[in-house]
Amino acid sequence: MAHHLFLPLIVPLFSAGVATLISQRLAWARVIAVAATLFNLGYGTWLLVTVATTGRQVTQGGGWVAPFGITLMADGLSAIMLFLTALLTLVTILFSFATIDARQERFYYYPLLLLLMFGCSGAFLTGDLFNLYVWFEILLVASFGLITLGGSRAQLEGGLKYVVLNLFASLCFLVGAGLVYGVAGTLNMAHLAERLNAIQEPTLVTAVAGFFLIAFGGKAALAPLFFWLPTSYHTPSIAVTALFGGLLSKVGIYALYRVFGTVFQSELGRLAPLILAVAGVTMVVGVIGAMAQVNVRRILAFHIVSQVGYMAMGLGLASVAGLTAGILFMAHNIVVKTALFLIGGAAEHLTGSGELKQMGGMARREPFLAVLWLLASFALVGIPPLSGFFGKLGLIQAGVAQEQWLIVGVAAGVSLFTLFSMLKIWNEVFWKKAYGDMSRLPRAGAGLLAPAVILVAVSIALGLGAAPALEYSVLAAEQTLDTVGLARDVCGAGGCDAVELAVARE
Amino acid sequence: MNLILSLVVGTLFAGGIYLVLRRSVVKLMLGLVLLSHGAHLLIFLMGDGLIKARTPFVRAETGVAPPDSADPLIQALILTAIVISLGLLTFVMALAYRTDQAVGSDDLNAMTSTDQL
Repeated sequence: MAHHLFLPLIVPLFSAGVATLISQRLAWARVIAVAATLFNLGYGTWLLVTVATTGRQVTQGGGWVAPFGITLMADGLSAIMLFLTALLTLVTILFSFATIDARQERFYYYPLLLLLMFGCSGAFLTGDLFNLYVWFEILLVASFGLITLGGSRAQLEGGLKYVVLNLFASLCFLVGAGLVYGVAGTLNMAHLAERLNAIQEPTLVTAVAGFFLIAFGGKAALAPLFFWLPTSYHTPSIAVTALFGGLLSKVGIYALYRVFGTVFQSELGRLAPLILAVAGVTMVVGVIGAMAQVNVRRILAFHIVSQVGYMAMGLGLASVAGLTAGILFMAHNIVVKTALFLIGGAAEHLTGSGELKQMGGMARREPFLAVLWLLASFALVGIPPLSGFFGKLGLIQAGVAQEQWLIVGVAAGVSLFTLFSMLKIWNEVFWKKAYGDMSRLPRAGAGLLAPAVILVAVSIALGLGAAPALEYSVLAAEQTLDTVGLARDVCGAGGCDAVELAVARE
Repeated sequence: MNLILSLVVGTLFAGGIYLVLRRSVVKLMLGLVLLSHGAHLLIFLMGDGLIKARTPFVRAETGVAPPDSADPLIQALILTAIVISLGLLTFVMALAYRTDQAVGSDDLNAMTSTDQL
């Protein structure tokens, strides 16, 4: 029993409570927020190592024997996501010290951030399908608060669309969870995987799986359910945009990996062509949408959509190689996307506008910021030896090995258009002459640059240390697809059905 | 009973989806309410069927559930789901009210300022 799995949940929850109580004393609230995220970051690092050395970590909530209670489990994929969640939250908090106004900070900004981290961490650790729904709602409520914090007209309009689509996706998830309980009589992921693989009515299971595809596809902003993302993500403060852009849609991708890699593994082969088609359309639509945009954060928001397509491609290839590349690409993208939002956001913060027309001259005025942008945008496009290259290479190799030529062609072609958008921002924000008199604008201080520096450093490390990162992704992908090992770790050597039978006999 | 409830669930979903597709924010909100009720009732049907006078209780003397007892898990699931959707729908209503104040209209077609170039 690995009871330590409760720690990354209890600490942020407790800190969020304390930070709420003392939210008017900003200095203390800041200290608590940083301390809690540092704890989760440390725990995430430790978990990464522990999972690699001793395998899957499992504990049961309330001491109930699985599959009756709620299982918490951490495998390679969970550990990666938990670590990145804490890293992003920490960087976001550091960035908001330099950018966000004190009035918003007093309005429970830090408690909401901590609750978001709490919800995400819970979603990554749970081993129970209904419990995953509850975690999703927790992180959604926190994100609803963050996206509308400030209450400007744009935020409310964007927020309404964000909220409604996410609620609709949650309802699909709830219906799916209800139906899957009706079909299989359990909600424990390990037990579900065991039973669904043995079930005789594949059409019914496929229909239920469809609900999950719609639910998580909507949350991850896959085509055609992506419109809520570019219409809302650029409206809140820059720090919140960066966190959402890096993290939130990837929670949907994580859920897709978990549900289709583990629970509905028997359905993955059947739905794979559909997932691949959706992935291809998502890549193309996102990147074309970005070409039309003239605002830094909106261009980047459309690129989130495009890149989520690559992650779905990893799942759609339905193989260890595909999932490995998908996980590696996701880890890289979470880091780099947030870095780009932070760098573009820093330029926006200094200039006072995010419209490309009104920006410019940043390369001369803030050369360090410009270098950071170049590194991060080249990493996003996938130029070796930066981190994006290896994820894309893996995806394309897996696609070629499985002879999925169309999706390989789309994935390679979309990269070119990504480069086009990144160069557009480079030309408009950094390269061209300044729009107005720049001498009165504030200079970028260490507080504004440090968060982006941290993330770009992580991205470079991921690129230079691609071999260990790839090894870890292989481990994560194998653990995700290993339903037999999951049932053994969660329910014991005989599997979950055996435990249930033994209890029924008593 | 199961047939009647199934029909009710279907009707709630149909009505909910119709309302969600309308342009008015108020109707959109009511649509979400109907959809969530539909989802809750659907979970209700997912146990071993609804049969009169079945309870989800365990016999006190033996500590064992009688063979014809009802499934307690779905009831726990519905309760959780109801509480969550209550909270979320309350938030949506507050948000819709504030949006209406900021935009001056509850027509979704008036809310395109974040989509325009």
